Amino acid sequence: MNARVQSVGNPASIGNSEPDTFPKYLLHNARRFPSRPAMRHKTYGIWQSWTWSELLNDIRAYSMGLAALGLKKGDKVAIIGQNRPRLYWTFCAVQALGGIPVPVYADSVAEEMVYVLNHAEVKFAICQDQEQVDKVLSMGDELASLQKIIYDEIRGLRDYDHTDLHPIDGVEALGEAEYESNGETLWLEEIAKGKGSDLAAILYTSGTTGRPKGVMLSYDNLAISASNGNAFDHLTEKEETIAYLPLAWVGDHIFSYAQHYTAGYCVCCPESPETVDSDRREIAPTYFFAPPRVFENLLTAIMVRMEDAGRIKKRMFDHFMEHARKVGESILNGESVSFLDRLKYKIGDLLVYGPLKNRMGFTRLKVGYTAGEAIGPEIFRFYRSLGLNLKQLYGQTEASVYITAQPDGEIRADTVGRPSPEVEIRVEDNGEVLYRSPGVFVGYYKNDDATAETKTADGWVHTGDAGFFDQEGHLKIIDRARDVGKLKSGALFAPKYIENKLKFFPNIKEAVAFGDDRDFCAVFINIDLTSVASWAERNNIAYASYQELAQHATVYKTVEEHVDQVNRDLASEEMMAASQIRRFLILHKELDADDGELTRTQKVRRSFIAERYGELIDALYDGTTEKYVETEVTFEDGRKGKISATVEIRDMEMHEHSYSKKAAE
Amino acid sequence: MNMHITRSQELRMTRPDDGLNKGDPLLVVDDISLSFGGVKAITDISFDIKKGEIRAIIGPNGAGKTSMLNVINGFYHPQEGTITFRGNKRSRMRPHEAANQGIARTFQNIALFKGMSVLDNLMTGRITLMKRNLFWQSIWRGPAEQEELEHRQAVEHIIDFLEIESIRKTPVGRLPYGLQKRVELGRALAAEPALLLLDEPMAGMNLEEKEDMSRYILDVNQQFGTTIALIEHDMGVVMDLSDRVVVLDYGRKIGDGSPDEVRNNQDVIDAYLGVSHDGE
Repeated sequence: MNARVQSVGNPASIGNSEPDTFPKYLLHNARRFPSRPAMRHKTYGIWQSWTWSELLNDIRAYSMGLAALGLKKGDKVAIIGQNRPRLYWTFCAVQALGGIPVPVYADSVAEEMVYVLNHAEVKFAICQDQEQVDKVLSMGDELASLQKIIYDEIRGLRDYDHTDLHPIDGVEALGEAEYESNGETLWLEEIAKGKGSDLAAILYTSGTTGRPKGVMLSYDNLAISASNGNAFDHLTEKEETIAYLPLAWVGDHIFSYAQHYTAGYCVCCPESPETVDSDRREIAPTYFFAPPRVFENLLTAIMVRMEDAGRIKKRMFDHFMEHARKVGESILNGESVSFLDRLKYKIGDLLVYGPLKNRMGFTRLKVGYTAGEAIGPEIFRFYRSLGLNLKQLYGQTEASVYITAQPDGEIRADTVGRPSPEVEIRVEDNGEVLYRSPGVFVGYYKNDDATAETKTADGWVHTGDAGFFDQEGHLKIIDRARDVGKLKSGALFAPKYIENKLKFFPNIKEAVAFGDDRDFCAVFINIDLTSVASWAERNNIAYASYQELAQHATVYKTVEEHVDQVNRDLASEEMMAASQIRRFLILHKELDADDGELTRTQKVRRSFIAERYGELIDALYDGTTEKYVETEVTFEDGRKGKISATVEIRDMEMHEHSYSKKAAE
Repeated sequence: MNMHITRSQELRMTRPDDGLNKGDPLLVVDDISLSFGGVKAITDISFDIKKGEIRAIIGPNGAGKTSMLNVINGFYHPQEGTITFRGNKRSRMRPHEAANQGIARTFQNIALFKGMSVLDNLMTGRITLMKRNLFWQSIWRGPAEQEELEHRQAVEHIIDFLEIESIRKTPVGRLPYGLQKRVELGRALAAEPALLLLDEPMAGMNLEEKEDMSRYILDVNQQFGTTIALIEHDMGVVMDLSDRVVVLDYGRKIGDGSPDEVRNNQDVIDAYLGVSHDGE
């Protein structure tokens, strides 16, 4: 790290040598790319852009304004809201003063937020709008350390008591006045004092279990990981991305902030969360990141619309998609493909693939990533066969994202790729994956016990995931290490592996598998309302609610066929054959984060579900064929209600183990 | 600093100031009677609407509420009585003249152009504010184009205000009912009215939609200072939203005052519970 040390005390030279903090990168970028677009935001129907030098002016004013309000080195600042330019600027404006930004999930309820704000001892809270300001104000006296609330959008806030409440505009004006009268020397000196090993941000993990933990990341963690990522995917200042994922999530922090500053590319903020799809079409990002869910939803939307398309269009689509499945991936991977096939692919590109990519906003896509969970092989191949360079990576907050990633040309649907640059990986005897890298976090904030549990003295970090390297040296993740259990027969039981296989069917949105310490494997299933509703509409099946549709006999039959297909697949794998699904049921309500059944990042909270639906699990194992249940639900406005239903349970046939036969073929 | 539009700036209405202060009577209804043939819809009703307030008109079915709104915006012509708007006593007036004077309304049954996009529907709300004549409008380049840009900007602020960015280009007919209601409010707002008449803005909505709509009505009132007169059946909503309430029954005024006063008024209670006075 010695190469990164730089002279302190000569502010004019900041950003000339390789910077080691984001504020230094800001100065550096304003010098390297003064007139290149740094950020865009669609407001009032028009895309507005800021160049790097405009960004510097705004952030400087904002930052000096924060200093005037009393923000000092070491102070924590909460950032609460959606992807708005000024919230991203807050990161840099706070860091320039030596403060530590703490982004918070905007959709978390007040009690969840209280814990994080108190634990992080935040002094300032930067809120997007009235909703977030109200939330913070409602916590009132519980927040001992909070001094000021600063907001972006004034709407509805005009009549509030403005003693400790300030608009960002006002803060900028304050800083601007300070700059006019006293210049920027002090501010630049403060930036120069920052160094790579300093704490850059605290990101709270969404907490699949227990209280969220504050992951402390240094500038070196973030900047080096981001730079490595840039080099790995050849990202330059010419990229454009769209920022639409939660600010508090490490993925967004790397893609829309760390890489944005280190590579100097342009980040575009959508008009509102509902317009992301059309905004993406207008921007056509060159670098795109999304959890599998986003790709699934996009594909489902396309398929639903194709079902409604005219006969000729539909046949053209089917015909060329089949061709794409045949040769698309080989062409993308640079393998040899016959001239005729290439020609036909070109025609397909003109007629089908091109318009499709345009529709999804992927026309200029250079590299796209999916991570967070396993993606369905069918879905993954669909995008790749269109010629989109979609790849998988495996990462964690504690690693500043990158652990493994797929290099160009070595893409597999079922692996997460090779170790990222400068990352070492080892697999323990119990299957758990450990890594060591420059991105490894400093520690959990105020939680040394958890830090010691996760990070060894020599810098190795437990991922908590079980996996193995295949013959090619690609890592394959099968499940959370602690979720991998055993059936009573002693056979391995990896619930997520089974759930993912089920979720790859477009009709199935979510699945929860049980089997640890049980006689056999049984599952809960959630149908996908978008896809099943469209099917119901086309088949003249009337229904009033999710509940009614979920219990429709034909829907049950379709799901039964899917489960049978999964059982066939499982039967063909030596390790998994014993965990074929013997019984299943379709849940009477959608699993929802508001009810605590999913995390804010939409992952299933297994233990919570096991407790909440205990009766249904018992019914799965005691042989009954239907069960009456009442479940408490929370509506979006926080009120509670009850829904009740009689849930049907189906038995499945088991398939013979077919792996030996397959192996012989 | 720079020329970027920031979201800390609020949308302000551009209609010229009428010299009235908050609390001055904006509209005075004096001894109005309206009948259709032999049917008396409204009998001797007087009340006023003060600038900046939310005024509710309530009453059982057939009480004459919508007739009252129709009188206010010039659609019906009362046989007796006078209406004074912004200090001017009004003689026979047509609805478009009312619109020009700054009265805008929404309807009990949505009256939007179903085949047109949300954006175009909102633009029609600006029609009374457009000054270029047919000649310029048909050439479109030059002054008319400039004018359209200004109006589009105002409409974009309303789209942002009502949070309907994602349906900007969707034909109105394809939208769910609750959203159509919101678009209709948007169109009325686009006219930058001095007085906004809302005829059952929450009819047929579910609880969540009602909460949203209430929020927008309060925000319109607070942020733009728009005076609002609304008819509504949901008593909870009326009592929470309005500053003053006037109660009609069988075409007569039976109560007028703050929500609390009206709630405790025996005549009003009787009208709603259907108690007969003869028995006393």
